[in-house]
Order: sequence, then structure tokens, then C-alpha cells
Amino acid sequence: MKKTAIKTAKRRVASAVFIKDLRIEARSRVVTNQVLPFAGLIMVMFAFALDNDDVLQRVAGGLIWLATIFSLFIIVQRSFAIDTSDSALDSLRVAGIDLSAVFFGKAVALTLQLIALDVVLIGAAFLLYQIQVSALGVVLLVTCVVCATTGLGFVGTLYGGLTAGTNGRETLLPLLLLPVVAPVLIAATRATEAALGSSGAEISEGWAWVGLLTIFAAVFGVGGSLAFGPLIDE
Amino acid sequence: MLSQSAPKFSSTGTQATRIVGALTIIVMTWVLISGLVLTPADVVQGESVRIMYVHVPSAWVAYLAFIVTAIASAFYIFAKRHSLGFDRVAGASAEVGVMFMVITLVTGSLWGRLTWGEFWQWDPRLTTTAFLLVTYVGYLAVRRLDGSVEQRARRSAVIALLAVLEIPLVHFSVVFWRSLHQRATILDPNGDVKMDGLMLFTLFSGVVGFTLVFVWLILHRQRTMLLSDLANQSGLDAAILARQNESVSI
Repeated sequence: MKKTAIKTAKRRVASAVFIKDLRIEARSRVVTNQVLPFAGLIMVMFAFALDNDDVLQRVAGGLIWLATIFSLFIIVQRSFAIDTSDSALDSLRVAGIDLSAVFFGKAVALTLQLIALDVVLIGAAFLLYQIQVSALGVVLLVTCVVCATTGLGFVGTLYGGLTAGTNGRETLLPLLLLPVVAPVLIAATRATEAALGSSGAEISEGWAWVGLLTIFAAVFGVGGSLAFGPLIDE
Repeated sequence: MLSQSAPKFSSTGTQATRIVGALTIIVMTWVLISGLVLTPADVVQGESVRIMYVHVPSAWVAYLAFIVTAIASAFYIFAKRHSLGFDRVAGASAEVGVMFMVITLVTGSLWGRLTWGEFWQWDPRLTTTAFLLVTYVGYLAVRRLDGSVEQRARRSAVIALLAVLEIPLVHFSVVFWRSLHQRATILDPNGDVKMDGLMLFTLFSGVVGFTLVFVWLILHRQRTMLLSDLANQSGLDAAILARQNESVSI
């Protein structure tokens, strides 16, 4: 009975934090008004820099995920800047609630925002880079987006919590996050290439990379829920 | 709050560190002479094989250092008494590990230029090793964040435990992805040694010598960290006392 009550409390905290983060985004519209245009601009700038349709089609997968990761930094910093202003994070901490629930709530909210971002980025790649995808490729692409953004959501929340409220967090966050998300960049790029059939890649080749993305998400989901509390509990 | 009292010693050396230091000098002198003069050139690689006597031991020490950092961090986090001694060992080991990882990458690049014709190849092991280096540079940056020594210890311990997850990725990257990197040449899968006896002994001596350098550096560095923490703490105490005296005099 007691265990059930604790689980219910955790779920309520996680959903409250999740709704709070999405409500802040719905009211401030930072992702829609600033991050999405920024990510779209990156896609356009890539096209200017590479200036070759064949090359763009071949590297479209990598460009989508690079734009996602660059946008991740902005979303994470924005999310934790709100939480640390007026000591909102401290209030959550001293309220005595389970911090792993806060972690999951924030991570799922971040994941949803990243999925929305990726839908736009993939749409932009279809328009700007003239990529094509088969029906089976769509299934792989959707699975890849869900698994990769879940991993990015967990790891972004974890390291965002660490750098929240510290001096130089704008530079420290990319320094800490980029090496950690490298496996996501590699695996998601390869899976996307397989889904799009870039460079003659077969769709079946992509599922192994989705497996790697799932392992990454699981490792940082478990690790993050254990580590988030000690990281911000100061 | 630091539990240690003010140090009675004026240097970071002890009898033990002097013995380790003397042993290090002897072993490293032997490695230098044997590696540069006594050992023969390789049939295929020529004189460039001598880079191996630095590259392999420094890679070993870098990985050892990161493992020590992870173990010390785990002791700090999970031990009942969160001893800052573990945190200092973890920090000292990471600093030394980063230094040896840089040496590994530089010597590897030099060897690659002579063997592959390029300073850098996007080989999985090379790439992930570079990522590992950046990860520990990030760890050291976390150690320099604002806050008390306890905050520093807790943050960096968690980061070290997460960072160690990358070491298996480095190791198995050779298996997962097609690799250009030199495969294990000392032992084949059957356990047979495929190397000239003196070359093998010099390489082994290098591993021992570099490990001694690592131990010597760790012993001194963690003591300088202790002195630094104590100096910061006493400086803070003195500042608080000065403010209190000011308020009393007013």
C-alpha cells in the first residue's frame, strides 16, 4: 500500500512538472518563435555551405540531427534558466518531493519538444534537400526520432540540471553534452540515412542503430533518475 | 567543512613518494635507453616502432587514471562517510589521465603520419578516444565550478561515474565498427606472444615506469589539492573573523 502511494506521488510530481514545462512553453512560445526558426536557419545555412543537391541529399540525415543537437542546447538552457530564476528549483528541492520524478517530468517535456522540432526539421529537409522516403522507411524514421529524442531528453535534462545556476553554463553545457551525445548523433544519422536510402543504405541496416539508440536512452534514463538528485541537491 | 587540521608538513613529499620517485627514475631511464638504443627497428614499421614504447604505456595509464577516478568517485558517493580524500584522488587522477590521454593522441598521430601517411584518421577508436578526452576535460571544468568543496565533490563524482560509461564504448568500438586501428599485436587470440623479447620487455618496462609516474603524480597532486582546500578554507575563516572584529569594534 505504501509503495503504491509512493509510486502514485512520483507519477503526480512527474506529470505536474511535465505539464508545468509545456505550459510555460505554450505561454512563452520560445521553442516555436525562436528555436524552430533557428533550427530552420541552420538547415538553410547548411544548404548555402554545401551548395550541391547530391551532397545535401546524401548528408541530410546528419544535418537534421546536428540541427537537433544545437537546438537542444538552447531548449535545455532556457528550461533550466526558468527553473533557477527566483530559486524555483530550490523550492522544488526543499518541498521534499522525489527529484527523480522531477527528472522524468522535465525529460519527457523536453523529448516532446524535440520530437516537434524534428518533425519540422525533417519536413524542411524534404522541401529544401529533396529527400524521399518509402513507407517502410517512415516506420524506421519515426522509431528513430522517438528513440533518439528520448535519449537526448534524458541526457539534456541531466546535464542541464548540473549546469543550472552556474557561471559559464552557456559554454559548459556544450562541452559536457557534445561528447556524451556523440553516439546519438552517429546512430541517429545512420538510421535516418537507412530510412531515406541515402548512399544506397538499406532500411534493414537502420534497425541495429535504433537498438543502440534504445540502449543509450535506457542507460541515461536509469542513470539520470539516480544522478539528478545528487547533482542539484545543494 | 574540511575535517583535516592544518598540515604540519611544508612539502608534499614523504618517504614513500621519494622511494616511488627513485624507482620511477630508474625504470624510465632503462626504458629511454632500451627504447631508443638497444631495441631493434621493426621489420615493417622501421624506427617508428619506438613510438610504441611511449604510446602504449601512456594509453594504459590514461585508462587506468579514468578507472581510478571512477572508483574513487564511487567510494565518495556510496561510502557512509563522504571522505573528501576520495574526491581529491579522483580529481588528481583525472588531471593526470587527461595529460596522458593527450600524450597518447599526440604520439598516435605521429605514428599514424609515419605509417598511414596521415596525422588523423576517422578511425572509431581514435575518434572515441578523443571524445573521452573531451569528456574528462569537461569533468575538470565541472570541478572548477563555483561552490563548496562538498558540492564540487558530489557533482564531479556523479559526472565521473557517468563518464566511465564511455570506456566500454571505446573498447568495443573496434568490434562494432570496421577499424583502421592497429589490432592487438602482442598477444594473438591463442595467447601466443608475437614480439621480439627485448622489445616486449621494454614495452612492459614502459608500462611499469609510466604507472610509477602516475602513482607519484597522484600522491603529490592530491596533497597539493588538500593544501589548496585548506588554504581556501583558512582564508574564508580569516575573512569571517575580520568582519566579526570589524563589527565588534564599531
